[in-house]
Amino acid sequence: MKILYFAWLRAKIGFAEERVDPPAEVTDVAALLRWLQGRGPGFAAALQDLSVVRVAVNQDYVKPGHRLNRDDEVALFPPVTGG
Amino acid sequence: MIRVQREDFDIGAEIAKLTADNRRIGGVASFIGLVRDMAGGAAIGAMTLEHYPGMTEKKLAEIESEACRRWPLDASLIIHRYGRLEPGERIVLVVTASAHREAALASCAFLIDWLKTEAPFWKLEETETGGKWVEAREGDAAAAKRWVAD
Repeated sequence: MKILYFAWLRAKIGFAEERVDPPAEVTDVAALLRWLQGRGPGFAAALQDLSVVRVAVNQDYVKPGHRLNRDDEVALFPPVTGG
Repeated sequence: MIRVQREDFDIGAEIAKLTADNRRIGGVASFIGLVRDMAGGAAIGAMTLEHYPGMTEKKLAEIESEACRRWPLDASLIIHRYGRLEPGERIVLVVTASAHREAALASCAFLIDWLKTEAPFWKLEETETGGKWVEAREGDAAAAKRWVAD
């Protein structure tokens, strides 16, 4: 599974992109976020307040209950501020 | 039409190109977003726009399709820049063209309202005390919501 981080999430985590192989019980977005939170202080800081974290899977916005596949592209980022 | 680019754009040339050879167009509306030199009382030296290549184009195309579904548009254009921009520089251009002004004006407002809440762009402002990520405004979400039927 490919994970991308943008804006201050990227800054706190320390890199923009990684490939991960989460444990089998990580079947949806909410479980993935919980698993990521435990991977170190940078992740814990970036994912401390999930109300300001948006998730896209394969470039579409999704909700926490969205089911994940092994070959998904998951992106985590703050609320958008373009325009 | 959608363009996501680092380079500046020429507003007059873009509108002329968009409306050329279409004599049904009677009204053209446009919105141009510029970089301000102040934000929340702090001076801004520049800002850097980051985006999510691929998803940005996908979301902008979806928003444009939705505008074409809602209004009888003859032409539309969204250009959004990324990279480092200084105060006074152009960030975004939205142009809509239709037979009459109502559709052009309403769809232009719709596009910029939705773009601000859906398109994956983030602004990092350079201030005297360092870089500061711009936070999403409640008002932007409310502006986008007014286009959703109850």
